[in-house]
Amino acid sequence: MKDIRSDFPILGRKIHRKPLIYLDSAATSQKPKQVLDAMDEYYELHNANVHRGIHTLSVEATEAYEGARKKVADFVRVKDAAEIIFVRNATEAINLVAYSWGRLNINRGDEIVVTIAEHHSNFVPWQQLVVENGATLKIVPVTKNGELDQIAFRKALTKKTKLVAFFHVSNVLGTINDVGRLSLVVRRLAPNAKILVDGAQAVPHMPVDISKLGCDFYVFTGHKMLGPTGIGVLWGRRELLESMPPFMFGGEMISKVSLEKTTWNELPWKFEAGTPNISGVIGLGVAVDYLLKIGMDKVREHDIELTTYATNKLSKVDGVTIYGPSDVKKRGGVVAFNVGSVHAHDVASILDGEGVAIRSGHHCAQPLMDFLNITSCARASFYVYNTKDEVDSLVVGVLKVKEVFKIK
Amino acid sequence: MDMYREELLEHWRNPLNFGIIADATLIVDQVNPLCGDQVTFYFKIENGKVKKVKFTGNGCAISIASASLLSENIKNKKISVLSRITGEDVLRLIGGSVAPARLKCAFLALEVIRKING
Repeated sequence: MKDIRSDFPILGRKIHRKPLIYLDSAATSQKPKQVLDAMDEYYELHNANVHRGIHTLSVEATEAYEGARKKVADFVRVKDAAEIIFVRNATEAINLVAYSWGRLNINRGDEIVVTIAEHHSNFVPWQQLVVENGATLKIVPVTKNGELDQIAFRKALTKKTKLVAFFHVSNVLGTINDVGRLSLVVRRLAPNAKILVDGAQAVPHMPVDISKLGCDFYVFTGHKMLGPTGIGVLWGRRELLESMPPFMFGGEMISKVSLEKTTWNELPWKFEAGTPNISGVIGLGVAVDYLLKIGMDKVREHDIELTTYATNKLSKVDGVTIYGPSDVKKRGGVVAFNVGSVHAHDVASILDGEGVAIRSGHHCAQPLMDFLNITSCARASFYVYNTKDEVDSLVVGVLKVKEVFKIK
Repeated sequence: MDMYREELLEHWRNPLNFGIIADATLIVDQVNPLCGDQVTFYFKIENGKVKKVKFTGNGCAISIASASLLSENIKNKKISVLSRITGEDVLRLIGGSVAPARLKCAFLALEVIRKING
């Protein structure tokens, strides 16, 4: 993997006169030159609006845009590319489902099931929906080991359950949910429920075959998988997407507009009102090419290698607490930890002084922080361009934290 | 990191005025939404002056040290002059450079003071 580092111009940066060690890819990944070049090339050579023009540039832009949709569909093994809806990010994808499908199908007396470890983006939309319509939100805890509490999950599912929304890979604990198996459980115990899976931390890091997961909606985002910001994906089953009213109205999403009424465009454009993020979609398509060239199995192996190395090294440092499953096979490339009673922001500040970029805080998962009885934690996350040497620098930084704060 | 001078860390370890005031005349909560850090300040105000001040809460070294120093600083001051305390005053109190990303932490307690007159 080492030879790919030169594809990422930013990795040559110095931070406080030290080489940048970027361990915050779970927040957003860095972008290879190939992705940046493709976006420049679109603006320099093909820039035009999509789906409307007869002129050459518009045809080229449309081909690039729809070609990227096909690439993304193939990447996650979706046969019908019209089921791939481009949105801004995973948050918007979940909001689209909450506003369009949720408000039509979930009513007082119905139940929504989520887990305690959801990112706020897969928690607050559902919390707000039940505040609005009087439905019930049930929250499934995780075990001490950071895995989904299977018994509580089963108990929460009833005939009243209309939606089960859960993460594929936790952005804090790193826990990987066996989505296929959970979907089977949902179908059996909650026959009236639809299943939404937050794949924001999964699609960038492991092979994902949506056709085998058994869910109804799946969301992910481009900027965590080497793509640009501002482009995300909602996948939904065709029959569901067709039954849903548009989320936003305007251009592109219409079939015919008269003074009295408007009919909607076909999928996927029904949900893509207005001029879309064309360069973002093109960039995402090239990010997919890039990941496929490495191979998603290799990406996953690399994550496992670095996570194993990091958890081994960090767990040997006295005073360091690591959160999440101890079995690295059950976790993605994130390691959340605390150093003694030192606040995560202080850990991050001292590491920043060493050139090491990590995330600190509540990670948009305050219910989980409360559950773990902590206010915040530090999180190192890995991706294809990271190395064991960089993990070593992380550990040196953690020792520095202990030294500054005089932690034994 | 010159942000973490020993004096500042001493305030983190043993903050001044840490605790509650049972007969407080004013209680102010403040949350830093970026990190979820939270402080609660208890004031006993008599004759327009801060007679007693204490605080509790969770926070990083910067926010706790700043609360410690600022609470000590406002003791016996008139309520009417508290609005004159600026961010620069707080930075001077904690006596060092604070990284831009950490200014919110440094100013958590100042936000509390700002709420008193408002």
